[in-house]
Amino acid sequence: MRANVHVKDRVAIVGAGLTLFARRLLETPQELAWEAASRALDSAGLTLRDIDCVVIGSAVDAFDGVHMKGEYLADGAGGFSKPVIRVAVGGGTGVMVPITAWWHAASGLCKTVLAVGEEKMSHAYPHPQGVFAYIWHPILERPLGPNLIWIFALEMAKYMHECRVSKEDIALVSVKNKRNALDNPHAQAPANITVEDVLKSETLVWPVQLLDISPVSDGAAALVLARESVARKITDTPVWVEGVGFALDSSFWYNRDLSYPRYVEQAARMAYKMAGIERPWKEIDVAEPHDPFDYKELHNLEGLMLARRCEAPKLLREGYFERSGELPVSPSGGLLGMGNPIAASGVMKTAELFWQLRYEAGARQVKKSLHKAVANSWGDLMQAGTVIVLSR
Amino acid sequence: MRAAVLGIGWHGFRPSVPELSFAEMMYEAAVRAYEDAGVEAREDIDVFVSCQEDFWEGIAISDEFAPDPIGGVMRPTMTVAGDGLQCVGQAFMMIRSGLAEVVAVETHAKPSDVKTLQGVYELALDPQLRTLGPGNPLFPAGLDAVAYMKRSGAEREHLALVAVKNRNRGLRNARAPHAARITIEDVMASEPVVYPLTAYEIAGYTDVAVNVVIASERKARELKGEPVWLEGIWWSTEVGSGTMEWHEWGRMPSMKAAAREAYRQAGISDPRRQTDFAEVEDRFSFMELLSLEELGLAPEGAHRLLEAGHFDAKGGYPVNPSGGSLSLGTSFEATGLVRLLEAVLQLRGKAGGTQVEGERAIVASWRGVPTYTSIVAVLSR
Amino acid sequence: MGIPGRYVKEEELKRMAGVIEYKPTAKYAYSAGQALSVFLKGLREGKIVGRTCNSCRRIMVPPREFCEYCHSPAGEWVELPGTGRVETASVSYISARRAKLREPEVVAIIRLDAPGYRGDEPDFPGIFHRLCGVTEEEVKGGKVFGARVRPRWRPEGERRGSITDIECFERW
Ligand SMILES: [Zn+2]
Repeated sequence: MRANVHVKDRVAIVGAGLTLFARRLLETPQELAWEAASRALDSAGLTLRDIDCVVIGSAVDAFDGVHMKGEYLADGAGGFSKPVIRVAVGGGTGVMVPITAWWHAASGLCKTVLAVGEEKMSHAYPHPQGVFAYIWHPILERPLGPNLIWIFALEMAKYMHECRVSKEDIALVSVKNKRNALDNPHAQAPANITVEDVLKSETLVWPVQLLDISPVSDGAAALVLARESVARKITDTPVWVEGVGFALDSSFWYNRDLSYPRYVEQAARMAYKMAGIERPWKEIDVAEPHDPFDYKELHNLEGLMLARRCEAPKLLREGYFERSGELPVSPSGGLLGMGNPIAASGVMKTAELFWQLRYEAGARQVKKSLHKAVANSWGDLMQAGTVIVLSR
Repeated sequence: MRAAVLGIGWHGFRPSVPELSFAEMMYEAAVRAYEDAGVEAREDIDVFVSCQEDFWEGIAISDEFAPDPIGGVMRPTMTVAGDGLQCVGQAFMMIRSGLAEVVAVETHAKPSDVKTLQGVYELALDPQLRTLGPGNPLFPAGLDAVAYMKRSGAEREHLALVAVKNRNRGLRNARAPHAARITIEDVMASEPVVYPLTAYEIAGYTDVAVNVVIASERKARELKGEPVWLEGIWWSTEVGSGTMEWHEWGRMPSMKAAAREAYRQAGISDPRRQTDFAEVEDRFSFMELLSLEELGLAPEGAHRLLEAGHFDAKGGYPVNPSGGSLSLGTSFEATGLVRLLEAVLQLRGKAGGTQVEGERAIVASWRGVPTYTSIVAVLSR
Repeated sequence: MGIPGRYVKEEELKRMAGVIEYKPTAKYAYSAGQALSVFLKGLREGKIVGRTCNSCRRIMVPPREFCEYCHSPAGEWVELPGTGRVETASVSYISARRAKLREPEVVAIIRLDAPGYRGDEPDFPGIFHRLCGVTEEEVKGGKVFGARVRPRWRPEGERRGSITDIECFERW
């Protein structure tokens, strides 16, 4: 397994913007995309005229209720009369957006790229869970009438069983992230909760309880990327995209061991190799792993090689991943605290690292000195890993 | 910096391929493309890209099923919700950036699996527009056709002539299930489906999977395939499908913009002199004429040149020698790659009964109603 | 400058002008294809059939025409006993549309018994299905992990070549 990485041109993130993340927003999908995009442009001191190319990320057409959603979002995302591409790798879409924007710029064919992630889940009525009925294999799985949480519950149970992890340990992720979100004005579900609260919340599909899951959400997030020569003119503090990686595992998710996300490791190895990182557990200063469920943060930390297999829960218990810890994880509040508008969430995580690396994260700012950061998204049928490494 | 189309493979080209699942069709196309390129799926390919849309597939997050049939499991595989040519564009960028040297691009379509095509098209319209009950959701093509005719002076007979040229031409192409021996009279005598377009002037649907291997020039010279050079490729979106009111009716500015940049990459200043033939958008008859104008291939009016036989296979500048989408059919996001396939076979001299002469070709595709996105590529031998 | 985006309560939404209710008309008839057709036919006959990869020799259930790891064509068909062990399990209290279920259901991944497999391989022939005769407590206590199970078939006349021809997997 290998990835060819002989990259020629450096690319930086030079601006970022977010909308509010909330259960139901008044704005249309295009308006949400535009709000995030214009915020990102403003933060870089640019206008749409300065943008060469647009990359849109949106995970599921059925949420917004529009077929060919990329075309629908195009003008809202700033794509009027521009080359526009929409990427879609399910829950992995978020981080795939800046990755795709990266090669747009690194190819030399675009000097500047606007990268926008949007999801409006409140359109699906009565509940977005209904939409998930269509993610299954239509012949082998859909007839069983599965709900989406089933499979993640199966994965979580496998992880708990294999690594001897307790629900209490996992609940600590939710406690940490929701608390971190108290400092994030965009957050949907900030809260001071206890492990007890998580364990007492409604059990949906054991071992998954209500407070183990990030809430469904409407929202958008955007980034501006630029090639080195342009980036240096836009800002004195560009944040460099040092490495990108992505991998998809087999779609037969019940034919493989779910206790470890090997595809996340695969994607991480690609990104680290490109970034020249050999010991990520030592070299990464801050991380935003995908946390649609609390156990996923631990799972992804292990896949990202920031903790050994089965070791993440122990480190968490010791405070290692607190904002003041050795390796701050999800200082943004993560999806558990921020809400999870699917494709927007990974862009949000990348944006958070951008702000952290520039020491612009305000009350959320990690106090220690920061140099390298990593974010990942995860998705599909427990098979997609997308990873981005940034540096200041 | 050009790249190479090193290998291409396909399976299907029938209105219905009931005996295979979409994944099995993808596998068949992939095996053929990799054989053609002389690459090992699990050894030589750096990145796998799939182009597909959820509602064509009938599966939400349909990219879940992308990696297995194309050899992309546990490898860098990603999906673009767009036409296959846009995926070729992503491959082109990946190669230029240094991320990859060999990229496999996959698209597939099983329109025969979709039982409510009209309903799916309607779902692409802005929700507010759907409440108007637009009848046939292909109506924006009718609006554009009428505006185009008014602006250019083209008559309905000119549109019919496109259908006659392409559907008859397709009779020579083994991949053209919708080819037919038809006359202008047949077309003019039939009732429009969406005025002014008759059923003869609207492409049918074809089940197909196409896989194409794109490689860096260095790698292409090292491997054994038969490279056709990808000199330039670009795409553009004029307006969003939710704001079609802003579209410049009777024009396709996205195709003009895509062509401008693709030509720049290929070093083309006069496409009429510097290219020899073209495979262009024709899922609606008028789109062939409009495309030719936007591509700068008919500044004096495409319908006049068409009338004069200039775009015939034996004319001054052959257009759609394959029979075009009117003969091949449209295949959702595979439509663009189907046209790329035909151009590649032409440039390799392997187009059989549809062979024309030429060193350099243009491939131009549009994403269809209700989008205003086009993609243009320049290929050479 | 405030944060863009205005939160709307559900009741508020219902009172708003311009709200559209729209139910997509999207229907499909998926082709099962070569490999799955044989699998489904097997189910109708009360059999679980898999397929061997010519290259890496693994057994694939559900069967496919090709091995996704080797990207090479699949070879021989093999009939498996259908028995296996619970790889992982969970208890669902909600329906596909998130309505509360009256009776919780137990779902699981079954690692199927197959010739040449020891039972600890990272890749294995497997099925995603329901478990019956298992209590919530047994799942939560971790007792069903590794438990031996077999398919409970629907009566012959009721089987129609679907994954639901297996009612569930039960302990034995
Ligand atoms: Zn194999």
